[in-house]
Amino acid sequence: MSPEIASRTTQPRRHGSNSGQPLTRRDGVLKVTGRATYAADNHPEGMLYAVTAISRIARGRVTALDVTAAKAHPGVVEILTPANRPPLSHDPEEKMLPFGFRVEVLQNDGVRYVGQPIALVIAETLEAATEGAALLNPQYEVADARTNLSNGDRFDTASVGIGMPARTAHGDIAVGLAAATHVIEADYVTPAQYHNAMEPHAVVAEWDGDRVTLDMPNQAMALSCASYAAYFGIPAENVLIRSPFLGGGFGSKAILNGPQILAILAARLLKRPVKLALTRAQMYGPVGHRGHTWQKLRIGTDSNGRLTALHHHALCATSSFDEFLEAAANASLPLYESPAILVEHEGLRLDTGTPGPMRAPGEASGSATLEVAMDEAAVACGMDPLEFRLANYAETEPGTGRPFSSKALRECYSEGAKRFGWAGRPIEPRQMRDENGFLVGWGMGTAVFHCPHFPAEARATLRADGTALVETAGADMGQGAWTALAQIAAEALGLDPDQVEFHSGVSSLPDGGIAGGSGHTASAGLALNNAGEDAIAKLAALATADPASPLFGAGNIGVVARSGRLHRLDDDGRSESYVEILARAGQAEVIGTAKAARDQEAAAAHAMFSHGAVFAEVKVDPDLGQIRATRLVGAFAAGRVINPRLVRSQYFGGMIWGASFALHEEAITDHRTGRIMNADLAEYHIPVNADVPSLDAILIEENDPYVNPLGIKGVGEIGITGTVGAVANAVWHATGVRVRRFPIRIEDLIIGWDTSRK
Amino acid sequence: MSLSISLTINGQARTVVLDDPRVTLLDLLRERLGLPGTKKGCDRGQCGACTVLVDGRRINSCLALAASLDGAEVTTIEGLAEGETLHPVQAAFIEHDGFQCGYCTPGQIMSAVGLIKEGHAEGDPERIRELMSGNICRCGAYQGITEAILEAQKVVTEGNRRDAA
Repeated sequence: MSPEIASRTTQPRRHGSNSGQPLTRRDGVLKVTGRATYAADNHPEGMLYAVTAISRIARGRVTALDVTAAKAHPGVVEILTPANRPPLSHDPEEKMLPFGFRVEVLQNDGVRYVGQPIALVIAETLEAATEGAALLNPQYEVADARTNLSNGDRFDTASVGIGMPARTAHGDIAVGLAAATHVIEADYVTPAQYHNAMEPHAVVAEWDGDRVTLDMPNQAMALSCASYAAYFGIPAENVLIRSPFLGGGFGSKAILNGPQILAILAARLLKRPVKLALTRAQMYGPVGHRGHTWQKLRIGTDSNGRLTALHHHALCATSSFDEFLEAAANASLPLYESPAILVEHEGLRLDTGTPGPMRAPGEASGSATLEVAMDEAAVACGMDPLEFRLANYAETEPGTGRPFSSKALRECYSEGAKRFGWAGRPIEPRQMRDENGFLVGWGMGTAVFHCPHFPAEARATLRADGTALVETAGADMGQGAWTALAQIAAEALGLDPDQVEFHSGVSSLPDGGIAGGSGHTASAGLALNNAGEDAIAKLAALATADPASPLFGAGNIGVVARSGRLHRLDDDGRSESYVEILARAGQAEVIGTAKAARDQEAAAAHAMFSHGAVFAEVKVDPDLGQIRATRLVGAFAAGRVINPRLVRSQYFGGMIWGASFALHEEAITDHRTGRIMNADLAEYHIPVNADVPSLDAILIEENDPYVNPLGIKGVGEIGITGTVGAVANAVWHATGVRVRRFPIRIEDLIIGWDTSRK
Repeated sequence: MSLSISLTINGQARTVVLDDPRVTLLDLLRERLGLPGTKKGCDRGQCGACTVLVDGRRINSCLALAASLDGAEVTTIEGLAEGETLHPVQAAFIEHDGFQCGYCTPGQIMSAVGLIKEGHAEGDPERIRELMSGNICRCGAYQGITEAILEAQKVVTEGNRRDAA
């Protein structure tokens, strides 16, 4: 256990401001006592249960459903099928921008992937609805499933991810390759992965006339209200989403899906509240996933180990009817200096649910392969992988020459290497053994993630008793938003966090933006900060205009807010408490508001990224090929840290996702039927406690004056990037076998070392 | 059909009339008895989110038919704290940040309480990791969970020793 981790049990040290303290979570007591209310925990009077029946074929149409048998089951109230589904006000085949996808809401009898909803059964109990769905006994007209490279349709695309260009070129790649002394060229495969938040997607919908209340986990409340309003033909303000807690999201709870829309529709039809919670198996289809990719990298290097060319091509799977392509190759744009960089993407249509953003979308799959390719290039040059990366360090954004808003990656490399003990690592593979005879390998990778910023709004109310209420419709899916955002607000208001009441997670509050892209703390945080400053400015205006105040006339000089008092900027001894100012003014409160967004000029002038370096140790059984990640050290520079305790947890979570990408996770398709064969938590391998190595995360300080006025970057996703490559490279270093498909399997190693012996 | 069973839930004796023999203990707690603190993550005994103690032993409540538990004593996450005083495991989970989204947390905590009570942990993190591997945490809070259990186990053992003296 590292000293840093051990010290977490001791009393947190204050750094003189509310931001920066390692406070424990504000919602901690609720979460450990079972009193935190997740969507499916709600139970309004008269509630019905809805269960979707899902397709077991990947392509074709439903020819028959035994509605009579299902309806005859005691407790079944209604069954929605394409034959009787009430109309919706929005065409589900029409994409709603910016994050809308085509959804299946029983618009016809067609089937386009396994797990698609083909009926909705509503009953008095969950047991009756579940049995009713089973009794539907669907009959199908089946078409062949397109599930892989050989039968899917390849297509050219102009954009990847959400609105990113599919192709970017800097310099001439052919010239760069021709100039190289060494060229490595390799093909890599990353699998389909499923978010598998512990909390299944759920909704409890209750209508009151043309108003609807939706208890649902939601990462993007304002956008979702507008989208549901369009589907149900009501004004957006008539949709109230309550999402006080999300049992994980990872990107899968930001986008509308068919089952939830159908449950809301059923509640309107039956004039009773309806609850729907997907089963685990039903989460492998209509609620997004990380798409399958096939990637090719070509890296040219000169005799000094400097890149002459970096070419990254990604073929990315999507559904037959919609597009979300992993922006995987874009991971090669911001990290390494090269006179020629070419990244490009192609699409592949398969009979699957449409992929979507999943924790570090694009970067996770692209960084995985880039970091392995860089390792291969380092080997080709006979260089240490860290030395090789330093030789290709980008001082400015490759290709554009824009300065980075901040970049403490060198410090990440050196601090991470020091903590890990990287020095002295043998360059050749298969050189180290532990006391039990296991092969030991060390690998590293660079972590990178961009810094999006979403527009957000907030309100801060200073009250007569000297406390404050701050409000923004944000989402806490485990990042610790409730805690970190309250800390930011408290700092702006000159109060201690426990004097600040924080309201969030309800769509009726000011729009807190989107909880995604690692941008929530910065986005909602800036709005809260500005609302707090606005409230303080209004309070200061009251005091400085009042002859009875010690701050009278200080309007031009200014005041500073600290510990519930305003102090004259030029004379700290002259101060007055918020309570006194409001009492004399006869005001019950002052309200500050703010709408905040990124400074577009600063954004255009700078490249904005979080960076990190991850070092991994693995041990491999030399006979059985069994792999264990035994040690991970990550050092990350992500701007200003609001709460180091929570940030470290985010890094740990990301690093575990990285180790999982490298060694565990994969949805396996039966190519005869298009079904996912491991659509459950036993066979879809998510790391369990015993799989998780010793983890260490180092927080590198970084002052960023450009990314936003608070200097905050994001920490939620970067931990995955870098880690995948670090673990994979450690496996190579342990065994001498280079595996280019994820997850790395026992058989890859055994076949690999058999081949290398021949 | 209806069937009446007796259960002691969090120390409270209750007679429960089951409307359906298919009802699991998990769905009984969540949907019929107003105790939604126990969570459903998979309904197949694969994730551990629904862990409760039945007669002091850890079980997956999604795999137990309520009708088979006549006379049982059930402890759920709602029954762990004494008033506002948290159980040492609950307090340690907060202190060590042993959760993020909180959804698997009731199950993690009930498993931890069970294994400490059964005398398993004994200060060995490797053993705790193995024994806690029936409880999946997708957020990846495992390091905090392990540290929390190590600490709580010390607190509980010391408390027991004091009680015995």
